[in-house]
Amino acid sequence: MYGDGTSVRSPYRDYEQWFVTEDPKRLHRISTEAEALFRRTGITFNVYGQDEADERLIPFDVVPRILTASEWQRLARGIEQRVRAINAFLHDIYHRQEIIRAGRIPVEMISTNDAFLPEMIGFTPPGGVYTHVVGIDIVRTGPDEFTVLEDNARTPSGVSYMLENRETMLRVFPELFSTIRVRPIGNYPQKLRRSLEECAPGRTADQPTVAVLTPGMHNSAYFEHSFLADQMGAELVESHDLRVVDGRLAMRTTRGHEPIDVLYRRVDDEYLDPLNFRPDSVLGAAGTMDVYRAGNLTLANAPGSGIADDKAIYSYMPEIVEFYTGERPILENVPTWRCAEPDALSHVLSNLTSLVVKEVHGSGGYGMLIGPAASRRELADFTRKLEADPANYIAQPTLSLSTVPVLTRKGLAPRHVDLRPFVLVSPNSIDITPGGLTRVAMRKDSLVVNSSQGGGTKDTWVLEDR
Amino acid sequence: MFRYLERSENTARLLDAGLRLALTRTSSADDDWDSVISTAGVRDGYFERHRDLEASKVVDFVLRDPENPSSVRSVITEARNNARRVRTALTREVWEATNQSWLTTTAALDQPVPDADLPRVLNVIRQESALVRGALHGTMMRNEIFNFARLGSYVERADNTARILDVKYYVLLPSARHVGSHLDNVQWTSILRSVSAERAFRWAYPGAISPRGIAEFLILDRRMPRSLAFCYRQMGKNLGHIADEHGTRRPSHDLADELIDRFLDRGIDSIFDAGLHEFLTQTIADTARLGAQIETDYRFTA
Repeated sequence: MYGDGTSVRSPYRDYEQWFVTEDPKRLHRISTEAEALFRRTGITFNVYGQDEADERLIPFDVVPRILTASEWQRLARGIEQRVRAINAFLHDIYHRQEIIRAGRIPVEMISTNDAFLPEMIGFTPPGGVYTHVVGIDIVRTGPDEFTVLEDNARTPSGVSYMLENRETMLRVFPELFSTIRVRPIGNYPQKLRRSLEECAPGRTADQPTVAVLTPGMHNSAYFEHSFLADQMGAELVESHDLRVVDGRLAMRTTRGHEPIDVLYRRVDDEYLDPLNFRPDSVLGAAGTMDVYRAGNLTLANAPGSGIADDKAIYSYMPEIVEFYTGERPILENVPTWRCAEPDALSHVLSNLTSLVVKEVHGSGGYGMLIGPAASRRELADFTRKLEADPANYIAQPTLSLSTVPVLTRKGLAPRHVDLRPFVLVSPNSIDITPGGLTRVAMRKDSLVVNSSQGGGTKDTWVLEDR
Repeated sequence: MFRYLERSENTARLLDAGLRLALTRTSSADDDWDSVISTAGVRDGYFERHRDLEASKVVDFVLRDPENPSSVRSVITEARNNARRVRTALTREVWEATNQSWLTTTAALDQPVPDADLPRVLNVIRQESALVRGALHGTMMRNEIFNFARLGSYVERADNTARILDVKYYVLLPSARHVGSHLDNVQWTSILRSVSAERAFRWAYPGAISPRGIAEFLILDRRMPRSLAFCYRQMGKNLGHIADEHGTRRPSHDLADELIDRFLDRGIDSIFDAGLHEFLTQTIADTARLGAQIETDYRFTA
């Protein structure tokens, strides 16, 4: 908010003017009120490994994170470029594999990668879209420098928090929105629905039936699944509601089984179809893949999309963007050491205290090492893990993440943040919701923003062009 | 979900009536608490946990005991979980009212409820359930989802009214011994209180409270929203809307018609003649059968 010195950065100017006249006591009261609103809405999440009944709220900070129209414009262009490249890459990798023939990425990256699904070879999903919904995790590393931490091409979550954060801000600070012009985000569910409908299998004549597949109530993102289904006017289904009937995927209703055209599935590939993937899966429906491959169903996102957000593939993203768009990447990539390569491994092992080490297929901040913050024992543990299975890890330097203010008992204080904008892809367009989900490390100096590790969220404002 | 909500409300009423009875009389209070747990259908469960009948134990078991699947805390949690499960079938207002009711009620029941606090807590339970019902009526489309919600409430309510009458059927029987005694008056008022019908009864029967009147009122009066006749008629109506929407009738419709007929064109005397207890037992069994048949007909079980 204050940039380097003491002057207020331009996006925050109007907000700061309002803020200085506010009674801190009132802000703390509103903060408590906001929490009660979240509880009432039921926007809670379950923490893995904890008691199932344990529902928690993600901490919410009432100070918005603000981006100017021009900052956003640049970000949006970079995101769109990246998402186009990801879809082109997926199509290529499951068809002619030009990028491998051109020697831009090694064949082992694909052939030995679990995220690569042989079932998808030679198959083009309806509308040619692989990643209907993408979330790109971005951090700011300088005034005009945005770096992508991670691409989420499978089933990115968090959009319900983005929407509810705004909803709550509108309720508790209506006066702010009448003086500061913030770009609206509320139509995301309608756009998601339209985007999914546009990807429906070709033969669907009338209004396509859209359903959201959830692993069930105890999943950590269940609130989001039911929220999106509700807001889109789609059906929310679980595996026991699904069955293949006459070559179509169908859901149980009070009138019998009715066919589904588009399944927005929030279940991982391997659980999607016990007949084609994991036979022990109770989260999917047998035969789903056959219906899909026969062209009678759209799965969003397409199975096998995970190959594009794999952490080992990530390091090749600059090449991927250039190869498919013919342009220089607008967004930076974090320099990444692929521990599978012997040179990289030895560099990582000797610089462990300054690096962040991640599992190639990990997510949610689990199974990672933050070198500068790690204990001697954790470092030793990771050294052993790296030596035992180097290909399972990548390492990155710790970035100097930007901070934004949060409200604390002692007034405003800086905390590190990242940003996850949400992108909708349909055959004809790419739509990016202005802003996204800002995740914030609630502890001083902490770099971990994951909600499973105590991170919080805030509303993200993109200002209207004046 | 709506069965559970109805049940928590009924349980609160039942306790309220039991409490009043216990405060009114000093002797044989045990019998009253016994009838509370019998009516709530948790008598066996109670005696598995406790050896003797004691007001505070009954209250705690019926309100808070997690081992009791029908305790208010259990059913409100179950209702809220069901609401989460079918979130997309509900409007935001119904969901939020249900969630709020769970938050408020479980908070109120977090600690054992002291005697002095009991009336307030029972009031909270009833109020929260009224808010959910209000949201349901004010915001839901009148489609099959609404009909199923109402069906759940009426199945539960019919069961509850039949149980209240059955547990107390002996004080309703015309017998020379008790008539007009203070004791019976208290018992009769208590029955009316447990279905919140004291005032309604006065409108319908301006004279003195009589067991015959009470039985007639709660079994046959089609204006009284908790009477058996009313509940069955509503079940019939809601099933009728569903049949219209689906364009087809199912076995549950015939079963419901059969039950509705049982209350048509007959006086209370014919029920007394046939045996009140037998009639009520049969009604409780048939209500359960109807509930199960609806679940089968409309695939509520996976």
